[in-house]
Amino acid sequence: MEDNTKNSRRKFLDKGLKIGIATAIGSIGLSKITGKLNAKNEKVSGEKMELMTTDGTIIEVDSSEVIEVTHHHDDDKKYNLREGIPNRKFVMVIDLAKCKNALKCQQACNKHHYITGEHAWLKVYKMQEEEDTAPYWMPTTCMHCDHPACVTVCPVDATFKRRDGLVLIDNDRCIGCRFCMAACPYSTRVFNWKEPEYGEEAEIMLNMHHADEKYNSIEYTGMPSKIGTVDKCDFCPHMIHQNELPHCVTACPNGVFYFGDKYEDTVTNGAETLRLSKLLEEKSGYRLMEGLGTKPSVFYLPPVDRLVDFKEGLNFYTDFNSVNKTEY
Amino acid sequence: MEISKKLVNDLAPQKFGKVGVIWTTSLIILSIAGIIAYIDQVRKGQIVTNMNDYALWGIYISNFVFFVATSFVGAVTVAVLRLTKNAWRTPIVRIAEIISVAAIIMAGITIMIDMGRPDRLLNLFIYGRMQSPIIWDVIIIPTSIAVCLLLLYFPLLPDLAILKNYFSETKPKLSKWYGKLSMNWTGSEKQKSIQLKSIHIVALLTIPVGFMLQTVDAWLFSTLFRVGWDSTNLGAYFISGAAVAGISALIAVIYIVRRANHLEEYITEFHFDKLGKFLVLVCLIYLYFNINEYVIPEFTSKKEEVTHLNHLYSGQFAPLFWFVNIGGLIIPIIVLLFKKGRKPLTMFFIALLVVVGSWWKRFLIVTPTLLHPFLPVQGVPESWHHYFPSFHEWIITIATLAMALLIITVLVRYIPVIPIQRTADEQSLIETEKVKS
Repeated sequence: MEDNTKNSRRKFLDKGLKIGIATAIGSIGLSKITGKLNAKNEKVSGEKMELMTTDGTIIEVDSSEVIEVTHHHDDDKKYNLREGIPNRKFVMVIDLAKCKNALKCQQACNKHHYITGEHAWLKVYKMQEEEDTAPYWMPTTCMHCDHPACVTVCPVDATFKRRDGLVLIDNDRCIGCRFCMAACPYSTRVFNWKEPEYGEEAEIMLNMHHADEKYNSIEYTGMPSKIGTVDKCDFCPHMIHQNELPHCVTACPNGVFYFGDKYEDTVTNGAETLRLSKLLEEKSGYRLMEGLGTKPSVFYLPPVDRLVDFKEGLNFYTDFNSVNKTEY
Repeated sequence: MEISKKLVNDLAPQKFGKVGVIWTTSLIILSIAGIIAYIDQVRKGQIVTNMNDYALWGIYISNFVFFVATSFVGAVTVAVLRLTKNAWRTPIVRIAEIISVAAIIMAGITIMIDMGRPDRLLNLFIYGRMQSPIIWDVIIIPTSIAVCLLLLYFPLLPDLAILKNYFSETKPKLSKWYGKLSMNWTGSEKQKSIQLKSIHIVALLTIPVGFMLQTVDAWLFSTLFRVGWDSTNLGAYFISGAAVAGISALIAVIYIVRRANHLEEYITEFHFDKLGKFLVLVCLIYLYFNINEYVIPEFTSKKEEVTHLNHLYSGQFAPLFWFVNIGGLIIPIIVLLFKKGRKPLTMFFIALLVVVGSWWKRFLIVTPTLLHPFLPVQGVPESWHHYFPSFHEWIITIATLAMALLIITVLVRYIPVIPIQRTADEQSLIETEKVKS
């Protein structure tokens, strides 16, 4: 008897659940069908309208069939922090033939981004692949990859890729797991191991930015730096915003850095503006570690026909320092 | 069926002696020291560690990997021995389950120590994205904790009921707790069949969950480009390594518990012999994967691979590398292959050696790779070219190890380390068979 009642209750629940699900699916289906039927049932007005199709032929349709198309105005012009500046694709070209390790790019970057750690966002490497090959200076920024390994592994979507090509970090969301740093093959990411120690001047500037709505956003990425989160080169979206070039581009005395838009196929270093595709073709542009499939947005021109001696750069080279703290 | 008084007396949890009290107190002190150091780290930031932008993960991560690996002992002994119907497992499974629980809980805690912003832990649930291996970890670790706890709890039910009766007069309060935890276990046929089914399901679950846990842990590394991690070998490598770490930890703990609780009658040399064979088996499998990882890349001699391997063979990590591979793998294999090597005391020392080797092995997986990125390390402080844990890191890491031992100690103190009911059943089975013959 006891078993029986238990069984019947179980059956009741089972059936009830099935019927419930069936009803739910059924009602959704019904509402869809009636919706379609209703649309067809609309009265034919009898009035005809002449319209031109996209290929130029004139057609006649019932006026009741004519519905005004709603335009999604602004959608492609509106600025979205995580989507980026519409219809742009920012790229950089670094001409290794011109670099002589003047380090003005790094100093400007450090200053304008208030870098307080030990590790600059922009670095100039002393490179020599093999004994038999020539040494050269190689500035690196964030590569703003189109297949960014850092974005793939971020557990909380704190680092993200925008349509305009920028890879940025939301340091209000970053949990500090440093998985992105391990993922980046270019070692470009830095971590705020401690509370950033801004100098007085920097503090004032930051407060000014903070007061100004425009700067107080992810657009001004990683600003100000926050303890326990990751930072990196941001391609200076705050400068792009004002139609200006990133700080490293303008600071370089040798015109090493070219910045521009891939869709417009132009890049400029401030002094000269060039066709991107032509430049890359003529000077055999390449990207770092192409084999990894990261598809960087930064292109390099090989260090050929150099006007400067590699050794000149050694005067500025320091093994263990990239952020000069007394500058502030 | 009546269970002999002697059996219950022998196997019921015993009060700690002087050594036990000192042991527990020192574990508590170490744990508290670690908590203080951690609070300091939260206040000052991870600047108190010796990690840097290159060695961006340190012993917090390698210690985490060690805990994850050790927690595999539950799956590998309880489930595998159960499915292969190895009857000798009875006196050792409970200890394996206890170690599993302690290790997996501590794994969950240690991974959080490494976070730069522990205050944003909830972001993992608010913004979590399935494509990140960290989220796979966030899913699999709580699952493992649940499965490990059930694997400990279900077989414990009859024993808890026995303890309830056993302590009913001497310690009524404790007895009440046992009674509550035993969920009114009476030993009826119906209860037994439900319990048996549940244990079987959980034991079966432990294997895929354990494998997934180890593999996800390996994928945390092999989904990245870095030399030394970017290997298809890594999942299987981690699983076999976990078996080594787990079984050696099990042997070491069994030896101590056996001595402390005077269980020589129940955990005999026979069991050590079997465990020794088991350990040597998994060590040989691990050796195979180590050869894959450390020798085979030499043949193609890719530039980055060779730099990485040379640093292990003869560079700054060489002493550690050779200690881990010879002391932690080759010597144990040689010793354990001989019957004389599988005596309890020898095995205790060998197991300790393997556990220590296993811990440092994880350090060798994490650190050297990070110190050799694709672009040269330039323009950063000299100290960033090396990594050795700071005082804070050591204190915190030691505390996590102490906490794991503390969990084991507390569990050993309050639950029978050898299943009483099962042992009784098996003994009576042997008796009846004797009578029959």
